[in-house]
Amino acid sequence: PQAFQIFILHKVLISRNYMGNMDMNEVDHFMPIMMRMEEDAESLPLVTHGSAHFLWIKHRNLYLVAMTKKNANAALVYSFLYKMVEVFKEYFKELEEESIRDNFVTVYELMDEVMDFGFPQTTDSKILQEYITQQGHKLDVGAPRPPATVTNAVSWRSEGIKYRKNEVFMDVIESVNLLVSATGSVLRSEIVGSIKLKVVLSGMPELRLGLNDKVLFEITGREKCKTVELEDVKFHQCVRLSRFENDRTISFIPPDGESELMSYRLNTTVKPLIWIESVIEKFSHSRVEIKVKARSQFKSRSTANNVAIMVPVPSDADSPKFKTSTGSCKYLPEKSVVQWNIKSFPGGKEYMMRAHFGLPSVESTELEGRRPITVNFEIPYFTVSGIQVRYLKIIEKSGYEALPWVRYITQSGDYQLRTN
Amino acid sequence: MVCSVSICAGEIFELKAELNSDKKEKKKEAVKKVIASMTVGKDVSALFPDVVNCMQTDNLELKKLVYLYLMNYAKSQPDMAIMAVNTFVKDCEDANPLIRALAVRTMGCIRVDKITEYLCEPLRKCLKDEDPYVRKTAAVCVAKLHDINAQLVEDQGFLDTLKDLISDSNPMVVANAVAALSEIAESHPNSNLLDLNPQSINKLLTALNECTEWGQIFILDCLANYTPRDDRESQSICERVTPRLSHANSAVVLSAVKVLMKFMEMLPKDLDYYGTLLKKLAPPLVTLLSAEPELQYVALRNINLIVQKRPEILKHEMKVFFVKYNDPIYVKLEKLDIMIRLASQANIAQVLAELKEYATEVDVDFVRKAVRAIGRCAIKVEQSAERCVSTLLDLIQTKVNYVVQEAIVVIKDIFRKYPNKYESVIATLCENLDSLDEPEARAAMIWIVGEYAERIDNADELLESFLEGFHDESTQVQLQLLTAIVKLFLKKPTETQELVQQVLSLATQDSDNPDLRDRGYIYWRLLSTDPVAAKEVVLAEKPLISEETDLIEPTLLEELICHIGTLASVYHKPPSAFVEGSRGVMHKRLPLGGDIGGSPAMGAGFGAAPAVMPASLNAPVGGGLGDLFDLGGGVGMPMGAYIPPKTVWLPAMKAKGLEISGTFARRAGVIQMELILTNKAMSVMTDFAIQFNRNSFGLAPAGPLQVLTPLGPNQTIEVSLPLSTVGPVMKMDPLNNLQVAVKNNIDVFYFSCQYPISMLFVEDGKMERQVFLATWKDIPNDNESQFQIKDCHLNSDAASSKLQGSNIFTIAKRTVEGQDMLYMSIKLSNGIWVLAELRVQAGNPNYTVSTGTGEGRRTTLLKEREI
Repeated sequence: PQAFQIFILHKVLISRNYMGNMDMNEVDHFMPIMMRMEEDAESLPLVTHGSAHFLWIKHRNLYLVAMTKKNANAALVYSFLYKMVEVFKEYFKELEEESIRDNFVTVYELMDEVMDFGFPQTTDSKILQEYITQQGHKLDVGAPRPPATVTNAVSWRSEGIKYRKNEVFMDVIESVNLLVSATGSVLRSEIVGSIKLKVVLSGMPELRLGLNDKVLFEITGREKCKTVELEDVKFHQCVRLSRFENDRTISFIPPDGESELMSYRLNTTVKPLIWIESVIEKFSHSRVEIKVKARSQFKSRSTANNVAIMVPVPSDADSPKFKTSTGSCKYLPEKSVVQWNIKSFPGGKEYMMRAHFGLPSVESTELEGRRPITVNFEIPYFTVSGIQVRYLKIIEKSGYEALPWVRYITQSGDYQLRTN
Repeated sequence: MVCSVSICAGEIFELKAELNSDKKEKKKEAVKKVIASMTVGKDVSALFPDVVNCMQTDNLELKKLVYLYLMNYAKSQPDMAIMAVNTFVKDCEDANPLIRALAVRTMGCIRVDKITEYLCEPLRKCLKDEDPYVRKTAAVCVAKLHDINAQLVEDQGFLDTLKDLISDSNPMVVANAVAALSEIAESHPNSNLLDLNPQSINKLLTALNECTEWGQIFILDCLANYTPRDDRESQSICERVTPRLSHANSAVVLSAVKVLMKFMEMLPKDLDYYGTLLKKLAPPLVTLLSAEPELQYVALRNINLIVQKRPEILKHEMKVFFVKYNDPIYVKLEKLDIMIRLASQANIAQVLAELKEYATEVDVDFVRKAVRAIGRCAIKVEQSAERCVSTLLDLIQTKVNYVVQEAIVVIKDIFRKYPNKYESVIATLCENLDSLDEPEARAAMIWIVGEYAERIDNADELLESFLEGFHDESTQVQLQLLTAIVKLFLKKPTETQELVQQVLSLATQDSDNPDLRDRGYIYWRLLSTDPVAAKEVVLAEKPLISEETDLIEPTLLEELICHIGTLASVYHKPPSAFVEGSRGVMHKRLPLGGDIGGSPAMGAGFGAAPAVMPASLNAPVGGGLGDLFDLGGGVGMPMGAYIPPKTVWLPAMKAKGLEISGTFARRAGVIQMELILTNKAMSVMTDFAIQFNRNSFGLAPAGPLQVLTPLGPNQTIEVSLPLSTVGPVMKMDPLNNLQVAVKNNIDVFYFSCQYPISMLFVEDGKMERQVFLATWKDIPNDNESQFQIKDCHLNSDAASSKLQGSNIFTIAKRTVEGQDMLYMSIKLSNGIWVLAELRVQAGNPNYTVSTGTGEGRRTTLLKEREI
């Protein structure tokens, strides 16, 4: 077994002992360890007390803690805990103290179903919802049976789904992660892409997705097309992995409704989409002067929306003054940043911002880290990698016609520029 | 925290009434209230009979609640729990599979012996249920039952039924059966429960494509215990496992990485596929760093192992380990560690720029580690040393206290690695003397001052300033100060006489610390008897420090690779170090390397450690078993363990005049290293000490080397050094190799020697006859070997009593067709048993020996010994 007991606690709210041979009171040692670590400004996702090991994650103010005394598979435990959060959120909208208390019967039922003797079982919330519902059932009439889906090879889609209009909506979302040194050189630039599906299809449709994948084009001998070299691809469990490994075909029976079909990662040498140059001058005991220049480095036919540039300022700064060539500035003292918002930022443009802050004459003794400038943005109808959906074939035995809709968007991921 | 809050009597009474109500709705609400009380830790066990009465209900939700209550309280009310058995048994036959599964699942969680008995029949039915949902639940229930009563499970034949489920048509049933069997096998390491063979492996690989993400993990973790027969099988399994690297679940990816890392070991390195596989591993490992922080942490701890085992996989991926501002601190620290491991001449400039950036952050732990990392880069990549030193000097200029201290600690190491190169910076270091308040930094600074006393004008003043608060310093600093002042005195005797007197008396007269006192006295006597010798000792050239000091020891690394993804891989400790009751469970090992060439099939038992057969063992090992027979015909010699003649281990020319010869003996159950030390030099030798490197059987000196009087020129002394077998263990090559360091007043000398394995045969190595019989049968064929001993003219009885002198015990003897067969047992000091059969044909001087052991590699060892 991977985990013997799972607790959701703030104080212990609810727990489930999957093995039965462990002392449930051992968890009492957990919160004191957390508090001690907090005092020492330490943090570790795995803590030990005696022979008990606690693997924990935090969701809002709740701790989800798995306790084990064996050499459990730690990766499995964490990924299971996150899956539990997902399931609870699907059931109760939000996972918080109140939703657990109000629904403790369902929570117990779910905990009983998602893990048995420390082995994770069915964790697909759509399937769980077919037989663990929040209404009571009479056994003789209409008590739910375990849907065949639970144990089927296709464990993510039930049979007999019907829609009047068959459609698939596809979002190709690329997040740009960027790390730039204080001297302005790009340390890391990475694109993490994700293809999300919203499937409104009847029956058990077979789907095949075609991308302008470089490896595929090389296999099939097609050339002269703009292709993308995907460095690492991860698929939803519905995709036949061995098929992809063999001939790069992405074929699958999709889960109903919304899901993430795949994600991919590529390291690129593309120009950073929004480039920031900054000068932050700190005159001790008197003021801070900030100059920021933002330049959009993509084609002028695209436009970045909702651009927000967060520039760090000392936590004891006061009396802000701003001047911008476009957009507006806001001082967020709780985060110690100036946020410069530009609603619409077309490609090939350059904007300026200046900010001025006062500093108290008595300097705070607290050391401050040199926080980076971070940028948020989204550029619709554009993928920075150039990835394209070439086709999405939908075949169902009833022979209906279904339309795929594709949308592209590029957005900022972890976009950091270090400051001096 | 709420643990147990008593619930007041009135409330209990009220609930009781409600539970016994006629109205179903009211009943259900009452059970809910009971469970709610239970959830917040109140004791509601008093309501047991009333709750159990609600069990027979047609309301599913109510039933589940009652079951939940039962799981919690059955143990405290075992007699009353019996009341529930009937309902359970009935529910196991319900028309609705959900109810059947629920009943069997819950029954398995009730750890009451009496109930367990009633569980067997329903469980048997459920294991063969037509509905896969019930079967998959029943499969897990077998593991539950085994945990409560293992004997019962075996007697009832559930293990066989469980094995059959591996061929079930439903992938989830297969996955749960694999999980349950793996779990059971863990408590029976030698049971060969899963009986993995190419056919069953094929079934598992097929199920892998069809089961849930969790099932895939169970199967992959199980596959990792298999040892393929040859490199071809290994490759074909790898090919079928690699697609899992594209799974969205990080845990699936890590388990797949584990299988691949392990099986890769068997692939020849010149195989194209080997290179392809290496390339395939990098991208998924990098992608793990985009997962949730806790999973990143697990991934990083594992990448740390992978980088040590196969640095080529990630050597081009340095940048992905650059630290981001918003990474949690535990991720930052791990990334830093990996950055240093990947640092090389090719990327050092980038690494240094990053480290410099980190060293100016605010998190103290992180900054310290970054500063230390700069020092480690200097030591690791020689070309970068100069830049590292100047970076460290820049950091010292920041005057941030803890940065300065860390920098000084690492600069000391840099001085030791590159002597006479960077001493120009000493002046800068000395400026910061006053700000050092941590023992390690103070000790490092004092070491520097003492070591370079001749170049520091005011070295005496500096050291004197430390001396004032001598007794308030930590031991580390005191020892360092003592040595530094003695060094200073030897270098500048005229001005420092008083200072050295002062420190010697502080150390010897005013201190309670024995280490400090002893060191003080040694220096004192040295200085007063022979200042020239003192100079040679104290100012001796120091051995260089090695590049990577924090590498995980290779056998542990191998074991941890077999545990990728688990807690062991996160702690970097073997499971036996933190799991109770797992001592004695065999350590996992990587399979035999593919380069060694055609290897026969080896032990592939589930859970059993795959055999390791170091190729170099084929080289003869000194002091074989043949020697035990003393071929020269030792009839009439006194019985006792065989002692090989003494040989020269360390010739005088290699050790500045010290010659060491020796041998090993086992006397009265104690292993003795018998040494002859000869001084062939012109001067007196004193201060002898001895140390062993880690070795295969944990041999270590049980006490100091007893050479009490100085050894004059041309003098010889014989010493016996008792050895223990509880020292640190590391597999040596050859196995019986021992690396020894001997120190005297002149220098430290190293040599290696080989001890006869028979030293390790312990006196209580006589196995019970019955045990012998059973064990002999259980030895897998692959662990057996046969060979001949030629020209031995003893008859079987003489041989037997002779061998007994070396703790090789004859358990039984039988004679078949004029051939004597002796059955013998040996127990090694580390608890491993070796069994042997010795066949002696009258009149034939050649003996045939077959040996076998539960653990393959020992057999080979014996074989080689017995040539």
